[in-house]
Amino acid sequence: MKNLWLTFKKGLVEENPIFVLALSLCPALAVTASVITSLTMGLSVMFVISMNNVVVSLSRKIVNPKVRVPVYITSIATIVTVVQLVLQAFAPGLYKALGIYLALIVVFAIILARAEVFASKNKVIPSFVDGLGMGAGFCLALILIGCIRELFGNGSLMGIPIIGDWYDPALIFILPAGGFILIGYMVAAWKMWTNHQEKKKAERGEA
Amino acid sequence: MEYLTLFIGAVVVNNFVLTKFLGLCIFFGVSKNLSASAGMGMAVTAVMTLSSMLAWLVYNFVLLPLGLTFMSTAVFVLLIASFVQLLEMIIKKQAPALYNMWGIYLLLIATNCIVLAVPLGMAEGGLSFLMTIVYAVGSGLGFALAIILMASCREKLRLADVPKALDGLGIAFILAGMLALAFLGFSGMI
Repeated sequence: MKNLWLTFKKGLVEENPIFVLALSLCPALAVTASVITSLTMGLSVMFVISMNNVVVSLSRKIVNPKVRVPVYITSIATIVTVVQLVLQAFAPGLYKALGIYLALIVVFAIILARAEVFASKNKVIPSFVDGLGMGAGFCLALILIGCIRELFGNGSLMGIPIIGDWYDPALIFILPAGGFILIGYMVAAWKMWTNHQEKKKAERGEA
Repeated sequence: MEYLTLFIGAVVVNNFVLTKFLGLCIFFGVSKNLSASAGMGMAVTAVMTLSSMLAWLVYNFVLLPLGLTFMSTAVFVLLIASFVQLLEMIIKKQAPALYNMWGIYLLLIATNCIVLAVPLGMAEGGLSFLMTIVYAVGSGLGFALAIILMASCREKLRLADVPKALDGLGIAFILAGMLALAFLGFSGMI
């Protein structure tokens, strides 16, 4: 049980897909202009990555290693198509807002990387948990970026106005340029925070 | 005129990297070095043009008549991945010198959002065959332009004294933000 928790936690902070591994950056910028699209994208990715880990883990003894990558890609593409169809049917507005980026989940490096690094070598349950953890880390990062961009760029959260009329929104946060710059500073902040945590741990270890 | 608008639009106004955030993994990964960036830009342009031509044929002659457009994502991914593999094998056999220069980039491109985005955009917009080629070449050159600009800036940055936490990825993002801001100036052009 403790091991499972560690597997889950790893994806949240130490190996956060966006801030630390810097994988799958396209969506982190493209859909984070508002919280609701960030959340949808995060949940979709979380679903795809954990389901794909399960499929890969189940089939790891059947599939010849030589053809493993095409098999992974087919599996990911199938799951993404399911997500696309579901969103198109039940949330057409969100489907339109995510646009091409929803289809592009297929080529997110993080999904293929987890299949290759973790799921192809581990049993089903740890693989599922690893996918959940990585997906949650991804989702967390996306929501964090989405909150900051929507709050400063539009003065609202989830479409509800938060700051009053007196605030003149800084449009740059919604624009592509602001997204890049914000993520730059967030990567730096994440690095400082994890370094600080490690230093504290080391000091406690010595004392 | 229509073609020119599409071309300029793809190169600068809707630059794939700086306004649509596609291909960021390669953009940040390769742009540390100027000559590698130029090679990557050319390789992406070539692969993108060829694979979107292939995708157009498959989309218009197979997927549309059979009503299978919901499968286009899966079909395009597999098509591009296998096409790039094939291209790699042919180049390795026929032009080893070229392979030594570009071989490593080809594998990186095989499953990348920037190459997949052109066929998906083509399918969505219902472009004609010629328009697809113009769009693909324009997008590829736009990518090349962005990555070469970025690499030149990062090479200068190597001598600068960057704060420790920002060093590496952090400063690269801020630099990309500045470039995106500059590209914003093109947005009124079309």
